[in-house]
Amino acid sequence: MEETTVLEVKDLAISFQTFEGVVKAVRGVEFMLKKGETLAIVGESGSGKSVSTKAINRLLPEKNTLIERGEVLFEGQDLLKLSEKDMQGIRGNDIAMIFQDPMTSLNPTMTVGKQIAEPIIAHKNVSKEEAKEKALELMDLVGIHHPKKSYKNYPHQFSGGMRQRVMIAIALACEPKILIADEPTTALDVTIQAQILDLMNKLKDELDTSIIFITHDLGVVAQMADRVAVMYAGQIVEIGTADEIFYNPMHPYTWGLLASMPTLDVDQKNLYTIPGSPPNLLHPPVGDAFAARNDYALAIDFQQEPEVFKVTDTHYAKTWLLHPDAPDVTPPLKVVRRKEKYEALFSVKMYANSTGGGINGG
Amino acid sequence: MAAEPKEKKPIVEIRSYKQYFNEGKKSEVRAVKDVSFSIYEGETFGLVGESGSGKSTTGRALIKLGDITGGQIFYKGEDISQIKRRKDLLKFRKSMQMIFQDPYASLNPRLTVKEIIGGALKVHGLETDSNKRTEKVYELLESVGLNKQFANRYPREFSGGQCQRVGIARALAVQPDFIIADEAISALDVSIQAQVVNLLKELKEQNNLTYLFIAHDLSMVKYISDRIGVMNNGRVLEVSNAGELYEAPLHPYTESLLSAIPTPDPESERHRVRTEYDPAYHHYDNLDRVALHEIAPEHFIYCHEDEIPLYRKKREKLLKKARQYA
Repeated sequence: MEETTVLEVKDLAISFQTFEGVVKAVRGVEFMLKKGETLAIVGESGSGKSVSTKAINRLLPEKNTLIERGEVLFEGQDLLKLSEKDMQGIRGNDIAMIFQDPMTSLNPTMTVGKQIAEPIIAHKNVSKEEAKEKALELMDLVGIHHPKKSYKNYPHQFSGGMRQRVMIAIALACEPKILIADEPTTALDVTIQAQILDLMNKLKDELDTSIIFITHDLGVVAQMADRVAVMYAGQIVEIGTADEIFYNPMHPYTWGLLASMPTLDVDQKNLYTIPGSPPNLLHPPVGDAFAARNDYALAIDFQQEPEVFKVTDTHYAKTWLLHPDAPDVTPPLKVVRRKEKYEALFSVKMYANSTGGGINGG
Repeated sequence: MAAEPKEKKPIVEIRSYKQYFNEGKKSEVRAVKDVSFSIYEGETFGLVGESGSGKSTTGRALIKLGDITGGQIFYKGEDISQIKRRKDLLKFRKSMQMIFQDPYASLNPRLTVKEIIGGALKVHGLETDSNKRTEKVYELLESVGLNKQFANRYPREFSGGQCQRVGIARALAVQPDFIIADEAISALDVSIQAQVVNLLKELKEQNNLTYLFIAHDLSMVKYISDRIGVMNNGRVLEVSNAGELYEAPLHPYTESLLSAIPTPDPESERHRVRTEYDPAYHHYDNLDRVALHEIAPEHFIYCHEDEIPLYRKKREKLLKKARQYA
């Protein structure tokens, strides 16, 4: 794969002013996105995955949002420092977004054709007729039947899956370099979801777009992602290639996520659960934010925030368990099984723990 | 697990249920064409299918939200269309609760969470003392994975997932016998889904609850259900024990549905083959001998009488194959 970096997020920290106090929603997020790759961000609601990506596109309400620190580097410029006018030249043009709910994110009083043509007219120097031509092409590309007829239809005349195709057509209208998809298939049926995911993969290959895919469905992640970032309480706790995260996870939170999924072939009495609920980010806990829910927590987890430890050049995890002095622990059975299965399948040995390093240090 | 057949006592019986909207008009929609199945006491019945298949409509008819077009629905042996008096309705609704699909639309935006959950307790006269009621609300919030500080907040302050948990807490509040969960956990996070599903299972065992679990997440449906019905286009196409449905999906639609589920395993995702389903398959010109036929004990397929032997053969083959791998 080509190794050009299209986007780099550095030490991003965001808080919101609420009537109860300051909520520290994102607390030092770092990642980069390579050309043509899909990076999946997984995590629970409130883990900061949507906030981080909305910050990239500057879609957070200015009134109560405070960007405490950090940079979002796109083509050599820090998007956080751009004027709103300059940002408008990028948003929807170079960086486009697809949202979860296609009904509320489409304009109900405007025909879908016009909505697809709108960003083309706004960003590209073309006539209305050319924009319409392009919009019809896009509708055909994303698999909307009878584009000419559908062009004049309103969103309510479409099914959920078709509306999401309209959203994708709008997002792709200006051939963006980065596509941010925030839970794009969560509201859809599995069969429709499969179609939309296939479509996104096909378009990614054709247009060489980089995708940031936000979801909490690990099945979808397995299907889509080249790399995976796992977020918890406003931080990335583990990042690596899809194989590394699914077959050799290092962070206890990732273990919990993988173990709590029911699988079609396994019968269990009770599902593994991560106890408790995520911390209140009005007052982020001292030490490791996951410690209170972590069966594998060490004493130090309650005192000091873990460093980011390097496992391989592509795999990093923020847990004290990777410290050379940490005791050896055995992950939940289901996680051990994954590793065994993978090793048997490829007759390779997965690496064990390794020494420290920065998250982008490789 | 489901009880032995002879002990099975249906709590719900649906007979030839039909639901047409805008009947007789040009815009008539036949949402449910012909649905019959029973739900036994103490079991979890999973109902799966895509949007528009009529699964939610069936759930709503069951809890008496609107009048049905045709057929009969019995709850605890009583025809629910005969429940008319306010007092009887209240009793019916205390016994049967629903967890809705849309977390925002099902909560009153002007009430705090405490008022929403407490309201259920108050209406049914379960907790008259206001302090005790607040305590109970806290307890319920904790049990669905929410912080009790959330009690004074409004629905708009929550994410979709959190709202859904409030809806579940509200349904659990009145200690019903039968719960219809309509896509109740699809909006929740994986770790919370597992918590809620375990909680639902726990509550079921403690109180001998019965669930109708409507969902499109088939892996979770398999996990929680004793029996499963597969719906498509207003009809039930297959009903079977959960284990057998996954080992031997007989109807082509069930096969395509199962093949569309993404699994949390990148390696198997790379090799996944999806089966497409052609809806023409179960379009019969003459419905004379077409019905839900019993292929094997407790395994029903919507098909023509002539197709029964074919399905029986297919079942044998698939079960044999499944046992080889086991």
